[in-house]
Amino acid sequence: METHLDMELDGLRQKLLLMASHAETAVNQAVQALTQRDHDLALRVKDDDRVIDQFEVEIDDLVIQLLTKAPLATNLRLVTVAMKISQNLERVGDEATKIAKRARDLSREPPVKINLDLPRMAGMALNMLKAALDAFVNRDSAAARAIVPRDKEVDALNKQIHETIAQHMVANPDTISRCLNWMVATKSLERIADHAKNVAEEVVYLCEAQDIRHPGAKNQAAPAAGA
Amino acid sequence: MNITVNPAAAAALLTQKPVGPPALTVRNLSVFFGANKVLREVSLDIAARAVTAIIGPSGCGKSTFLRALNRMHELNPEARMEGEIRLCGDDIYSRNVEPVAVRRRVGMVFQKSNPFPTMSIVENVTVGLRLNGIRDRKLLAERTEQSLHMAALWDEVKDRLHDPAISLSGGQQQRLCIARALAVQPEVLLMDEPASALDPLATSKIEDLIVQLKKEYTIVIVTHNMQQAARASDYTAFFYLGELIEFGPTAKIFTSPSQKRTEDYVTGRFG
Amino acid sequence: MTAPNHNWRKFKNAFMQTLTFVCAILVVTPLLLIYYHLARYGFSALNWDFFTKLPKAVGEPGGGMVNAIVGTFTLLAQAVIIGVPVGVLGGIYLSEYGGSRFNWWVRFTADIINGVPSITWGIVVYGLIVVPMHGFSALAGGVVLGLMMIPLVMRTTEEVLQLVPGGYREAALALGIAQWRAIVQIVVRTALKGIVTGVLLALARMAGETAPLLFTAFGNLGWAHSLREPIDSIPVLIFNYAISPYEDWHRQAWAGALVLLMFVLAVNVGVRFLTRDRIQRHA
Repeated sequence: METHLDMELDGLRQKLLLMASHAETAVNQAVQALTQRDHDLALRVKDDDRVIDQFEVEIDDLVIQLLTKAPLATNLRLVTVAMKISQNLERVGDEATKIAKRARDLSREPPVKINLDLPRMAGMALNMLKAALDAFVNRDSAAARAIVPRDKEVDALNKQIHETIAQHMVANPDTISRCLNWMVATKSLERIADHAKNVAEEVVYLCEAQDIRHPGAKNQAAPAAGA
Repeated sequence: MNITVNPAAAAALLTQKPVGPPALTVRNLSVFFGANKVLREVSLDIAARAVTAIIGPSGCGKSTFLRALNRMHELNPEARMEGEIRLCGDDIYSRNVEPVAVRRRVGMVFQKSNPFPTMSIVENVTVGLRLNGIRDRKLLAERTEQSLHMAALWDEVKDRLHDPAISLSGGQQQRLCIARALAVQPEVLLMDEPASALDPLATSKIEDLIVQLKKEYTIVIVTHNMQQAARASDYTAFFYLGELIEFGPTAKIFTSPSQKRTEDYVTGRFG
Repeated sequence: MTAPNHNWRKFKNAFMQTLTFVCAILVVTPLLLIYYHLARYGFSALNWDFFTKLPKAVGEPGGGMVNAIVGTFTLLAQAVIIGVPVGVLGGIYLSEYGGSRFNWWVRFTADIINGVPSITWGIVVYGLIVVPMHGFSALAGGVVLGLMMIPLVMRTTEEVLQLVPGGYREAALALGIAQWRAIVQIVVRTALKGIVTGVLLALARMAGETAPLLFTAFGNLGWAHSLREPIDSIPVLIFNYAISPYEDWHRQAWAGALVLLMFVLAVNVGVRFLTRDRIQRHA
């Protein structure tokens, strides 16, 4: 029997997913602007960040409203997790904006001749984000757990790319400012992967009531019944 | 501003463990009214100096369970029980134990406040003592003040102790009944939906009172209001159709219950 | 709501209201007629003598019925001593203890006895007391009234106790108070006004009982000096005077009836006054 509260919780879920799709698009477009040196696309991404910010405000508002109705058990976890996921998505949007700004600056200058595995890193981060949101939709705790270790791979790739850029900067001092822009952009991608990992951890909490964020801390409760 | 953190204190805050042996141990309790089996082999431990809430839909046996704890279900001539209940180790159903003795150690407060109408406020508070033979005026006066303080009623009635008890408001009457029950110094206090007939302000006063009282008393409260159970209790037991479905720390029951039926009840899918 | 329907309903309403009003008046009318007649015929005989002097010899005017008034009180006092303890305790038992089958039989029997014509009681006590004692006596009169009071008081006590909400019993028991103490000190105390009311109303009824006294107390134109002597009472006196041929005695009979009625009225009013709500209750 679906209660009124259930319908409102559904509305919350839908809003979150809508926000997520905006965030994903922003990252996609930012990376595209970067690799294809598309100045106008970069500007659009920067402007569209307003929409994502607005989503965060609305979702936070909705969460507070729902809390006054004192939801319990799975509903309570859904509401608090929604708030956290929206926070993470908003930061993803901010990172996408940062990438877009770097893309804008880089497109105004001649390209740097450097072979970076950036599209692969971007793909990894984006896949992590997509997988986390799919796990949220499908309440798939196992899939969410599988995302967490992938962050390490992204970190490793980030480190590798940084080293490549650093070497290039040392060898070609006249490309330093452009290289720094690239470094910032890849750092943003690494942060996006972090946020995707956070979302996955929140999904695990939602499904299992287990807090896997900081292994070793007090969190050894029995698994939850709700899903 | 220097902030020093005491790691031991912080660690203590993070972990919650019951203190000492349980006040009441219930093993395989079944209660029959005639041929009707109302409680089915319920086993649970009521922690001492803590509040245990009993929740469940109507007819699930929670009131019957509560009454079995002080042998009040025996007022129904068709009632019969099996199993064992021990109060601090003493079997309360053993043959040489009188129900009256049990009820002096396990007090009860009812849903509808019932101060005795022919008595004044102070007479109501001391009735349990006086009708059990205690006449020492000094002792009675001390217990009156003590109990009314514990029931958070002293300041409101100290100037009119001899007024009729029924001249108090509903919330005050309920607190008077609590004071009356506390005056005999029970070890356990049972409360059967104590605030369900009260307005929100009176209800919240009763809940605050419960949280204060648990420092001295073991409290078991039956409630159909889950927010109340969440606010006021340390442990929660969920009953359904006479069975104990789940029992655990309140926070866990209300954020991540293990049983699906508990989850369904708590999120309002039935009951 | 169509107009003709509305008018018909209004008419029905008014008709029923008038009808029930008329019936209410009809109920009260006999009482008013009684008071009127008693006052008209009896008031003139009410004087100080009436309340203080013994009846004069047959045929002589004047005198009073002080012995009957005192006699009525003597008989009622005995009735209270016999009827109230047994009746109240019996009522307590029926309400608070007892198995349901046993209680059902007791109630059933009490209700039957309550319906037994009072003259039958008189004959029974005649056989039980008057015959062995070889004479009418105030004691026999007191006994018959007492016996009649028992089932009456028992039933009203039981009903009043049943009206005490179960919550008070539970609360008392939950405090660890023994059952009998809880019943006496809490339940009975709560119902006390009702029990007293029941007793007073039964007394008012007994004050007017005539037939049983004819076979037991019999009547006495003078003082009864001990309980073994026959004694007069107001209703018996009224009966004897009314069937006599003397005008003066007739008037005294009317006066006696008026006094009796005043007594019953006083008891009822007193009961209302005693059981009024004195306490301000909060919402």
